[in-house]
Amino acid sequence: MNAVVSDTWLDIGSVEDIPVRGARVVKTPHGCLAVFRVAEGEIYALDDRCPHKGGPLSNGIVHGRSVTCPLHNWVISLETGAAQGADEGRTRAHAVRVEDGRILLDAAAVGA
Amino acid sequence: MTEKLVVIGAGMASGRALEHILETDPAKYDITLFGSEPRGNYNRIMLSPVLSGEKTFAEIVTHDTAWYEANGITTRFGEAVTQIDRDRKVVVSAGGETPYDKLLIATGSAPFIIPVQGKDLPGVIAFRDLEDVETMRAAAKPGAKAVVIGGGLLGLEAAAGLRMLGMEVTVLHLMGHLMERQLDEAAGYLLRKALTDRGIKVMCRASTAAILGEERVEGVMLEDNTGIEADLVVMAVGIRPETRLANDAGLEVGRGIVVDDHMVTSDPDILAVGECVEHNKQLFGLVAPLYDQAKVVANTLHGAGGAFMPKQTSTKLKVTGVDLFSAGDFAEGEGREDIVFRDPARGVYKRLVIENDRLIGAVMYGDTADGSWFFGLIRDGETISEMRDTLIFGPSYQGGAALDPMAAVAALPDEAEICGCNGVCKGKIVQAITEGGLTTLDEVKAVTKASSSCGTCTGLVEQVLAVTLGDDFVLPTVKPVCACTDLTHEDVRRLIKAQDLKSMPAVMQELGWKTTCGCHVCRPALNFYLLADWPDDYKDDYQSRFINERAHANIQKDGTFSVVPRMWGGVTTPAELRAIADAVEKYDVPLLKVTGGQRLDLLGVKKEDLPAMWADLNAAGLVSGHAYTKGLRTVKTCVGSDFCRFGTQDSTGLGIKLEKRLWGSWTPHKVKLAVSGCPRNCAEATCKDLGIVCVDSGYQIGVGGAAGMDLKATELLTTVASEEEAIEISVAFVQLYRENAKYLDRPYKWIAKVGLDWVKARVVDDLAERAALVARFDHSQTIYQKDPWAERAQGGSRHEFTPLADFSFKEAAE
Repeated sequence: MNAVVSDTWLDIGSVEDIPVRGARVVKTPHGCLAVFRVAEGEIYALDDRCPHKGGPLSNGIVHGRSVTCPLHNWVISLETGAAQGADEGRTRAHAVRVEDGRILLDAAAVGA
Repeated sequence: MTEKLVVIGAGMASGRALEHILETDPAKYDITLFGSEPRGNYNRIMLSPVLSGEKTFAEIVTHDTAWYEANGITTRFGEAVTQIDRDRKVVVSAGGETPYDKLLIATGSAPFIIPVQGKDLPGVIAFRDLEDVETMRAAAKPGAKAVVIGGGLLGLEAAAGLRMLGMEVTVLHLMGHLMERQLDEAAGYLLRKALTDRGIKVMCRASTAAILGEERVEGVMLEDNTGIEADLVVMAVGIRPETRLANDAGLEVGRGIVVDDHMVTSDPDILAVGECVEHNKQLFGLVAPLYDQAKVVANTLHGAGGAFMPKQTSTKLKVTGVDLFSAGDFAEGEGREDIVFRDPARGVYKRLVIENDRLIGAVMYGDTADGSWFFGLIRDGETISEMRDTLIFGPSYQGGAALDPMAAVAALPDEAEICGCNGVCKGKIVQAITEGGLTTLDEVKAVTKASSSCGTCTGLVEQVLAVTLGDDFVLPTVKPVCACTDLTHEDVRRLIKAQDLKSMPAVMQELGWKTTCGCHVCRPALNFYLLADWPDDYKDDYQSRFINERAHANIQKDGTFSVVPRMWGGVTTPAELRAIADAVEKYDVPLLKVTGGQRLDLLGVKKEDLPAMWADLNAAGLVSGHAYTKGLRTVKTCVGSDFCRFGTQDSTGLGIKLEKRLWGSWTPHKVKLAVSGCPRNCAEATCKDLGIVCVDSGYQIGVGGAAGMDLKATELLTTVASEEEAIEISVAFVQLYRENAKYLDRPYKWIAKVGLDWVKARVVDDLAERAALVARFDHSQTIYQKDPWAERAQGGSRHEFTPLADFSFKEAAE
């Protein structure tokens, strides 16, 4: 199941490969993506860059459906990529879905 | 003309289907019913109360012999169908061939038996039918031991039933919390607590390796080599559709027998219903959708329309005294928000999941009275925006009071210790207030001594005053930990100790957290408090740590990391320096710099290179310098009496001894030490968290210095004559700080709150307390003092350092 699943979805791994309330990196030719797994099990994917100063969000603490950037504590929504609270900015969110425990990423996210 | 209908399986789904078929037209079919159990249909989901003795089997029978006779159904109970011959339209059984015009397969499901050694031993059973229940009841002598494998709905009902029969019951569950499909972590915690309270032992993350025994079952062995005695093992890990007959007959079978919206299989004359079917890739285990299917089957058999549409389902655990409800989708989906309500005093937890202004899921524990109302909202998909603010209080809510921020303190039992210094419990304070007519904090301090020493419990004493006096006491405003709670750090620390809270879900439930899983502010603090207070019981929560303490290096502005190997007391060797130089070249490290704490810093290391670099450094004897932790950083030293013409003592040697004793311990904030060999103080010991200045007569120990945002000289804690005593006092000081300070308070801030005299009394004057502090520190070190680099160089936490997938060379490859 490691191959391309369809023209539009890429199998990037199993849900179990990401720790609960954790994140993993997916490398693309255009930079890294961060793929998150929240406490309730859903998977989200964002560009691995905080809209503030480019901090690697994959290294942040995941809580609820947000991640806190490790550099300056901006809180970013995993669903929309938008900064929460008083901060303004947005990082790109990518379509991702789970089928039979496998994580499928929108191929557009890796520029395919 | 009457057609022949043969039904295979006499369970709940086919039972309901038969009722509907007869209702519409009792004369249309001549019906023959096969069942492998030697009896007719009974309410299988009520087996739990039969097991526990709360009901008899007769009470749960839904179709008795008289019913089958009255409706003209030929029953063939205890006779299994072995083959379906589709060409000749007959089914084959021990009694010969039975022809059909229409066939209904309702073979249900079989319990999933995990394929381990010993699974076939006598005494190992499933929880599926009346025979299983009878086996369990026969084995249930008081004091006999049962192990239930599987902490889901079925397993827990079995466990509770066996416990009611007097058995010693242990539940083994593979996942992190019970009923993880229906419950979130918080509700799982409350359920576990309720089961533990009734004497059921629950072990989560327990993976069964083998079932032991010679003639019959004697025990269960876990993957981690824990052995558990057992006279009875109940496997309740799940079910799988019983599809063998359909498979052999060449029908389309996926995970279950594939049916269309009309419950017709790939053969137009064969229908299927119940747990054995697969519809739109979905399987069904709960009773509500099975009854819906039964209605559709009957309609199809009568040539009427109607399609099966799976609906939302809800779950209730049938364990007496355990109130639990879960419905809808709280585990998957996007764009959702939570509303959380916790009442620690009543052990209540409620969580609603909202998406696009509609309720899509609900989890409730302790008070499920509003469950069906919420379930209705979920099913109907009504918009809830109007009542959103009060939704969680249920349908009867009529503008009641706001949530009580003092619920956690109000819920405390009288014997909960509020003041740790003076051993004052809540009941004593309440008694003093009510009997003595006290109205102020100062009066309570004077009478009970509570909060008269270090003062960190002041907030709690004030809350006890407020709870006892009501509106007569006005609480001063305090700064809570974060938006997830109204309690301060000091309150939380005290309550963790007073209530023996030993896990993150326990803290969040018992202290009324307002979010499901905290935030980046409270989680690292709670993680520290729990591991500092309960080194034996608490398991460090990796995901509640800041990245530096997960990656064991210091994150830089560009996402690279810095690596600082430990140099004990600032002393190094040519071999270590060569290893560092080699690492700098091998991994293209852009900057090598000497730090303020006398160490070498390799800056700009790529995250994925860290484990390999650590393996290289480990090979030269270098371990983590913890230059990234809330923990012991460095012990800076001067050269001392060995070389310096002014040195009075071996300051380098003492620094090394201190560093070897203290490294690897987690503390509320970073801790930096220094030892100077004479009052010239070349190691700058008087601006450290703890600094020792050697003099001719011994060692001056100062604490609470700072040279960062604030600039502050240390205050003298004491002067001692021997190096041993200097080390003991330093260790005791660090432990006192670990046990009492607020997360992210450096020692100088903490001392300003509790007072230097309070610290002195415990660390210097009270020798027994000093020894106890040292003993607790050393015990914690047996668990936490280990080189995190070595663990990761050997493959630990691999997920942290390797990408999940790599498409970066995709274009080049094409």
